Amino acid sequence: MSEMYFDDSIILLNLEADNKEEVLTKMGQNLQTLGLVKDSFTDAIIAREAEFATGLPTKGASVAIPHTDVEHVNRKTISVAVLKDPVDFCVMGDDEETTPVKIVFMLAMDKPHDQLSLLQKLMQIFQDEATLASIVEATSEAAVMKVLADKLEFDFKGGE
Amino acid sequence: MEKKKQVLVACGAGIATSTVVNGAIEEMAKENNLKVNLVQIKISEVGGYVDTADLLVTTAMTKTEYPFPVINARAFLTGIGVEDTKKQILEELKK
Repeated sequence: MSEMYFDDSIILLNLEADNKEEVLTKMGQNLQTLGLVKDSFTDAIIAREAEFATGLPTKGASVAIPHTDVEHVNRKTISVAVLKDPVDFCVMGDDEETTPVKIVFMLAMDKPHDQLSLLQKLMQIFQDEATLASIVEATSEAAVMKVLADKLEFDFKGGE
Repeated sequence: MEKKKQVLVACGAGIATSTVVNGAIEEMAKENNLKVNLVQIKISEVGGYVDTADLLVTTAMTKTEYPFPVINARAFLTGIGVEDTKKQILEELKK
């Protein structure tokens, strides 16, 4: 199992996009440039999102957790984008409903059925309005990383 | 011996959301002293279990009709309405 990749290059603040495909493309290409995912990742994640939507309304800012099959991933990571303006994503498990997503957590997982505790902690963030707000209001990548490291209990090294 | 219920836990990829839902049901079953046989799969694989499954808990939408009940598991991810969802699942497991 590879180590989780986690540094400020996977945090995207003020991401501008007109639609969810553009969000996914920008985030996917960033991961591709970093060598964390294969060339096939972006197309795969867009196709998966169209088939199985991942938008989640929460008590605070809506989130989305786009992800796809492990074979498109080189190294495990969770990329986070805070969108400049919310972008509509379809709601998970729903045919018609959309939700204006403000924070996107793109999961690049390299093993299926893995990472239960990490994912559970991530879902706890979705259930915590204050934490979501602190991500939305963050003014630096380092600030988002600090929130994530704290809530997901990562060991992460690196300065402010 | 009492027959264990087979519960399918499915999402689109069988990676992320089903992992979380699987964990939540496992915990719930333990708390209630229920023995369940949890099977974590992709939604596209549900068809292979129509003869054996007792319940499908899923975060992915499905229009297919199955011979067992289907419960939407989104609440486990967002926390909104999670008590209702747990109650629904427990009722099915206790049947």
